[in-house]
Amino acid sequence: MAARGIADSRINVVQGSRRARLTMRTIGIGYLLLLLVIPVITVFIKAFEDGAANAWETITSPEGMHAFWLTLVMVVVSVPLNTIFGVVCAIVLVRHKFRGKALINSLIDLPFAISPVVVGLALMLVFNQRDGWFGPWLADHGIRVLFSPIGMIFATVFVSMPFVVREVVPVLQEIGDDQEQAARTLGANGWQTFWRITLPSIRWGVTYGVVLSTARALGEFGAVAVVSGKISGVTETLPLYVSKQYETFNVSGAYAAAVLLALLGLATLFAMNLIERGGRKRDQAITNTGHTPGTGLSRGEETR
Amino acid sequence: MSSVGHIEAPPKRVHMPRFGGAALSRGFVITYLSVLVLIPIAALAVRSTEDGWDGFWTAVSHPMAVDAIILTILASLAVVVINAVMGTLLAWVLVRDDFPGKGILNSLIDLPFALPTIVAGLVLMALYGETGVLGIEGISFTIAGVILALLFVTLPFVIRAVQPTLMELDLEMEEAAASLGARPFTIVRRIILPNLAPAILAGSALAFARAVGEFGAVALISGNIPGKTQVAALFIYSRIESGDMSGATAVSVVLLAISVSILFGFHMINRWSTRHGR
Repeated sequence: MAARGIADSRINVVQGSRRARLTMRTIGIGYLLLLLVIPVITVFIKAFEDGAANAWETITSPEGMHAFWLTLVMVVVSVPLNTIFGVVCAIVLVRHKFRGKALINSLIDLPFAISPVVVGLALMLVFNQRDGWFGPWLADHGIRVLFSPIGMIFATVFVSMPFVVREVVPVLQEIGDDQEQAARTLGANGWQTFWRITLPSIRWGVTYGVVLSTARALGEFGAVAVVSGKISGVTETLPLYVSKQYETFNVSGAYAAAVLLALLGLATLFAMNLIERGGRKRDQAITNTGHTPGTGLSRGEETR
Repeated sequence: MSSVGHIEAPPKRVHMPRFGGAALSRGFVITYLSVLVLIPIAALAVRSTEDGWDGFWTAVSHPMAVDAIILTILASLAVVVINAVMGTLLAWVLVRDDFPGKGILNSLIDLPFALPTIVAGLVLMALYGETGVLGIEGISFTIAGVILALLFVTLPFVIRAVQPTLMELDLEMEEAAASLGARPFTIVRRIILPNLAPAILAGSALAFARAVGEFGAVALISGNIPGKTQVAALFIYSRIESGDMSGATAVSVVLLAISVSILFGFHMINRWSTRHGR
């Protein structure tokens, strides 16, 4: 009796009374259904409202295909740049000591906090050909940044910059530099230490950051809208194409293109969950070798 | 840190050369950041001072600019309050409650981060817009639509900030309180919420920063009506389109100031909560 009473009160403390628990669960799930789930499903239905033919046509039109390819170009150029920067920057922030480190640390987060439109405007002030800081000089040398894919890459790199850094920094802090030091004492040079020790232990953090950067690069709208000039078939990415279709009253076409983007987004979400579930846990088991309760020593011992 | 590592680590470890040379990688990071972030932001700041203080003030105090800034702040505040309440509630449901499908629900939370913002806006239009399928009055071109779009894109911030704190929360405190006769409501108010407060604040700060600058999600749903649904980001965009760089720059600088102070506040909250130990 007494034991059961204690067990009951424990459940009550952890989960609240049954009624309170059910109420909160209902409110929570209802909120998510109304805000996320049902609207996303609706888009999929609406995309095919005017028939699959129109949806297909909108996506496979020359402008649609060009938008799709340009979006991929944005990802393929900006994500590797930010990945290299992200890894180097994380190492610099965690392993080096120098003045101005705090400044760099807070600058990294700025792209998260600044409005994409402001980013676009700032780039415009630097690169416009009339009175920009570098625009006229670049124009003299035949380089056009604004209203061209180059400017759009600048915008995409800007907005997706912090992801890899922010994912790798905590991992580097957690693993410490004991193993790196050991490798160096055994005669490994900097590159060997990086490739054999550092990179393998941060790989899941890097992967997660890459996935987040990819999602952002795919979907960037505000910054790219400002610097691209939104020229159909030239500087139009998929998100710009979606908004153009909507504004020109091809609503179901806009939904169709949006579904394509949403599928890319859902794939990203799926990848995020896979990494979260598989990679990160294994990472912790390897790097923490017995420090984290629950991961167990045995797996850590195996990896030694 | 194992004690073995301390013994073996040579005292000269700080002087050890790093990957490819410390100076090289440091130089790369600083150059990259300067070209991509510092120079554009400096250009923005310099441009805003070109017309002098009077020019800046005239541009910012333009009625449409004032409306846009006030609307942005009010809408973002509303969004942050709803997020703080619903986010904490959802985090609690995801951590403490148990029911079939919880795992799926948990992974859905990140959907707004994965979905392009223009799609987020369109998604809400599809359901709640003028031709909404629910049959309720359309919310497109209203402030409710703007707030809904902002709620969508800021959903994960508070939840993802509160979840880990709630998981680490020591149950013994709650049990002790309960055994001393505290009612559930008292436990929530006196024990759970005070412990979660830093996490809720941190998540809210990030949500606010995001809401203040959001463009893609509100671009379609708002209808861009000055004084009614035209938030600051939309105002800036309209000004750029019409070639009024002074107006665009002035309001951008205001947004930038808000972003930077929120970021500063966020770092302060983080430092405070780590210093006071969880």
